[in-house]
Amino acid sequence: MPTTIETATGPAQTMVLNMGPQHPSTHGVLRVVLELDGETVIKAKPIIGYLHTGIEKSCEAKTYSQAITLTDRIDYLAPLSNNLCYCLAVERLLGIEVPKRAQYIRVLLTELTRCASHLVWVGTHAIDLGAMSVFLYGFREREEIMRIFEMISGQRMMTSYFRVGGLALEPPPGYLERIQQFIDRFPGHIDEYETLLTQNRIWMARTQGVGYLSIEDAIALGVSGPLLRASGLGYDVRKFFPYSSYEEFDFDVPTQTAGDCYARYQVRVAELRQSVRIIKQAMEKIPSQGPIRAEVPGVIPPSREEMKTSIEGLIYHFKIFTEGFAPPRGEVYQAIESPRGELGFYVASNGSPKPHRVKVRAPSFVNLQCLPKLVENRLIADVVACIGTTDIVLGEVDR
Amino acid sequence: MESKDAKKESVESTKSIQSIVPRLQSWDPTATAEVIESLGETTLVVRADKLRRICEFLATDPDCQFSFLSDITPVDNFPIEPRFELNYHMLSIARRQRLRLKLRVSGQDPVAPSVTSVWPAANWHEREAFDLMGIRFEGHPDLSRILMPDDWEGHPLRKDYPVEGFR
Repeated sequence: MPTTIETATGPAQTMVLNMGPQHPSTHGVLRVVLELDGETVIKAKPIIGYLHTGIEKSCEAKTYSQAITLTDRIDYLAPLSNNLCYCLAVERLLGIEVPKRAQYIRVLLTELTRCASHLVWVGTHAIDLGAMSVFLYGFREREEIMRIFEMISGQRMMTSYFRVGGLALEPPPGYLERIQQFIDRFPGHIDEYETLLTQNRIWMARTQGVGYLSIEDAIALGVSGPLLRASGLGYDVRKFFPYSSYEEFDFDVPTQTAGDCYARYQVRVAELRQSVRIIKQAMEKIPSQGPIRAEVPGVIPPSREEMKTSIEGLIYHFKIFTEGFAPPRGEVYQAIESPRGELGFYVASNGSPKPHRVKVRAPSFVNLQCLPKLVENRLIADVVACIGTTDIVLGEVDR
Repeated sequence: MESKDAKKESVESTKSIQSIVPRLQSWDPTATAEVIESLGETTLVVRADKLRRICEFLATDPDCQFSFLSDITPVDNFPIEPRFELNYHMLSIARRQRLRLKLRVSGQDPVAPSVTSVWPAANWHEREAFDLMGIRFEGHPDLSRILMPDDWEGHPLRKDYPVEGFR
């Protein structure tokens, strides 16, 4: 029941509140302008661009292989997903088939990335809503994954491990055992998070029925990933347009129909378990021996051995790392399922060693458009839950 | 078994993407200026005055159902005229297909019709194209800069804009 309060200047008007860009629950530098009537949000407008670094423009000034290092920095919670999508796009321009061993290792590592990203999400989302312990547990397991990445690629976050045509390095001996140790324990840890949250009365009260998104709105706004699946539509790029041999893996696409914050939590936790399934299958499939890079002279760098022993290898090595390689004219749009939804790379070549245009279809950017739908006509305390549940990465929103 | 099914499905979907073009042409024979098949992707080149009607048709027709707009990509082909092109990447979840519409826009007066009435998702994509490429969209509800500051001069993704910016 709205009651009008008389103030010194007449009846009370609505209030405009700036939430962010410096606000702990915006996960970066998101600014949301809220028009409030008391504690109720009447209108919300996300304002972005505080982290715009011009990555798409920078890509045009770099060779195809140099641009890989930039893709890591778009979504810094899932760098390998970005690497993969960009490499797949360039490989399609070049018409290269990647060896199966490299494809399976790519699947293995992108699924580990998905786990790491969802762990950060569940931890920070819970801490926003006042549950501190999940954050600490989640980061314990994420640290394990980061150490696996460091072991394989030498880097914890900005891995740049996937290269056009395959992988950067032969994975070190013992990496599968290390992942096996982690994956044996991990399902038990997921149970741990669920004990803390799934039946938690406060957690349920803060998330159930909050931030409802109908399936029609979700499709109209181009929302993808766990947000779309929590609204009831099982669109997953891995199933719809399989890439990197995903069609050989047996996994389910978890969906919910409630369309609220709690449903999105359930979908993401179920995705963690599906990722474990995929990782286990990938570890069985990966052959212990075999090439990790396609053999395309003049495009894919020769092995270290070949570079040092044959004159052709040396020439190709020199040419690839000074001039780069030039894919034929053409354009491709390649999509993959990143932890946040449909990640797309549009790459256009004009026949020169530098891309003519690289456009990133960032899932966070598109998903953020639905924020006003989630928060309008709800209490201001729910805004925090709704921002958390969209799982945005501002580096990806602004690029 | 599952992989076999998936393969079969993908073969079927590549077959039936061909049916979109006749379907569109039976609706309006002058709808597309050109059809490009390249690298497994279908591109329809369209004219600006027909863009919105074609998008409405593709989004709502039960034989097409391209109800999901993935992305709008502006490309600058400076100094070639028409200088800009807009690529609309759309997805039909029901048919498991992707389609690209291509609209060429002149560099003298870069204007394109807005498709926000067809897909509300186009709102931010068009704002981004306006901000970084300087293409105006007629009928857009709130055409303002989105990534750059409001008082920024120039459009950074244009090819005649230096990578390091103007100094």
